[in-house]
Amino acid sequence: MKLGDLAPLDLAERMKRQGLDLDTGPFVVRITTPIANLANELRALYCDFTLEAEGGLADFHLAVRHPAGPLGVRRYWRRQAKVYVDETPPFEPLPIDMAVPMLEWSINWCAATQVNQYLMIHAAVLERHGHALVLPGVTGAGKSTLCAALAHRGWRLLSDEFALIQPADGQIAPWPRPISLKNLSVDVIRRWAPDAYMSPPVQNTTKGTVVHVRPPAESVRRARDRATPAWIVFPTYEQGTANRLTPLPKARAFFRLAGCSFNYETLGIQGFQTLSRMIERCDVFEFAYSSLEDALRLLVALPLPAPLP
Amino acid sequence: MSDALLLRALRKPESMRRFAPADWDVMLRQARNTGHLARLCVVARGAGILDTLPTRLRERLESEYAAVAQQHRLIRWEVTRVRRALARTTVPLILLKGAAYLLTDLPAARGRQFSDVDLLVPRDRLPEVEDVLLDEGWQFTTLNDYDQRFYRDWSHELPPMAHKDRQIILDVHHNILPPTSRLRPDPRLLFEAARRLPDSSLSVLAPTDMVLHTVCHLLQSGELDHCLRDLSDLDVLTRHFATEVGFWRALVPRAAALGVARPLYYGMRFANRLLDTPIPEEVIRDLERVAPPRAVRVAMDFLVTEALVPGHPVFSRRMRLARGLLSIRYHWLRMPPPLLIRHLLHKAFARREPVAGGPAAV
Repeated sequence: MKLGDLAPLDLAERMKRQGLDLDTGPFVVRITTPIANLANELRALYCDFTLEAEGGLADFHLAVRHPAGPLGVRRYWRRQAKVYVDETPPFEPLPIDMAVPMLEWSINWCAATQVNQYLMIHAAVLERHGHALVLPGVTGAGKSTLCAALAHRGWRLLSDEFALIQPADGQIAPWPRPISLKNLSVDVIRRWAPDAYMSPPVQNTTKGTVVHVRPPAESVRRARDRATPAWIVFPTYEQGTANRLTPLPKARAFFRLAGCSFNYETLGIQGFQTLSRMIERCDVFEFAYSSLEDALRLLVALPLPAPLP
Repeated sequence: MSDALLLRALRKPESMRRFAPADWDVMLRQARNTGHLARLCVVARGAGILDTLPTRLRERLESEYAAVAQQHRLIRWEVTRVRRALARTTVPLILLKGAAYLLTDLPAARGRQFSDVDLLVPRDRLPEVEDVLLDEGWQFTTLNDYDQRFYRDWSHELPPMAHKDRQIILDVHHNILPPTSRLRPDPRLLFEAARRLPDSSLSVLAPTDMVLHTVCHLLQSGELDHCLRDLSDLDVLTRHFATEVGFWRALVPRAAALGVARPLYYGMRFANRLLDTPIPEEVIRDLERVAPPRAVRVAMDFLVTEALVPGHPVFSRRMRLARGLLSIRYHWLRMPPPLLIRHLLHKAFARREPVAGGPAAV
């Protein structure tokens, strides 16, 4: 059963009681909340995802609640939402309208702190014809914008935040959750993909104004189809620049990727081997871009890397 | 008495295979909340059933095992740094708890989660050790006057330190229980019996003392979250040391010499009840002589069992109550009443230091 097939009232009831076991691909996420609005927004963002049967095994257990505050005043005045992972809140509570981004960050936090069956790199990943494009990026570099743009023009979304690389075979597992957009890129993508569903903008977060874009249904349907990494492209948005791809020496790329990995050090020798194998088989570029149309044209035309000898 | 799924799994790993999916889920959460995922991974692998568990569960266990393996690498590194820093002194150094298990390759280290190095030095050498460490780049993690005073006057350790370039916490102790506690083991006995690590200036406690330190920590520590870990240490340590000739025979007399017979009674009782730790008949008989009155025993049985493992789904009201009462007991034993009142008043009214961190930049 898909989340979108569940009637809003049934959903709210279920999320209030036993919680919702959402099959997000590599992980089953259990979310419990009495906040009906949050349930509705989750339903809109995750409508194409499959629900697991009740009474199963989940990877992460999250609850979003209203903290009561001193004398319970927070129940009525300046309401807040607080996320609990199991029973421990990883973050301070935030105003209630930030519940969606806070929940999304908390799910990311669960993966970043609890998952080691993959080498995890902070990167967007997209796929064409079985070949994966990895877009690692520091915050603000334009990774998510590019990711949202490609995901709505023929590329399959694997993930906006996590490249999950399997140490055994180097394949990348998808985790096609909503794409998070910030500030100016919100309008850029709204114009680029007018039909894409976006959650209501949330202002004044630590990252500015944030929206989440519903992942394309086809990407969600193929959430278990892995892809082989072919290109690693470090994007930077530069206003007014002519789009250009510059090859990057692989040794440099190695250190940059290790630097934006969540668990490179934790995996020890396995992390080193997985990362070096991936870089050996991929072509690596730095990519300065200002126009999404041109970016799309350049990235589609990337030749496949030469096979390893 | 709640028989937590996690305890069942630790006692009889094969029983995990017959759990229903909902039970696996509860066990996973119990193990995660008590820091036992990696230990469970070791136990399941040891029983040869890890590969028969559902992939999702196995991934969670193995992921945490990898995280703990990394912690162990960092701890080993930190121990070499501490050893080098203190090499210019002649202070006798004893590694305690996790770091000691790790450096002596004891089974108790396998899958054990810990993030600090605990060191025991003679009390009169403490200033020297502190000066050298500060000189070599270690810093106190708390500079608040009250906390400094709390540690220096009323604790058995210096305030926690960490090297400025690294995360691992270093606790330098001068005893295994606080000077304000009702129980006061003589640390000189510990130093006399300590065992030198091969090719190193570091020592570890003798087997009996290692076990006695664990039982002291079990219910005399304010960290009830670590209670099950201490019990599990006790289980693995005694099973391992049982193969050393004379270990069991020496244990109860040694506890009496150090004045910690009562903690040993509790430790062995709960290890045996909850984890099936084998104890020889004559040791049980000797321990009965130091048992508390029946009413106290019944109360402690209830409290410890409830407080140890989060029930279903996570924390029960009964568990909170039990933990609250044990925490009162801990504070009662930890310091004399006037000091306790003063300390609690301070904790209640002193302005809290701001908590670091908002949502991570993930």
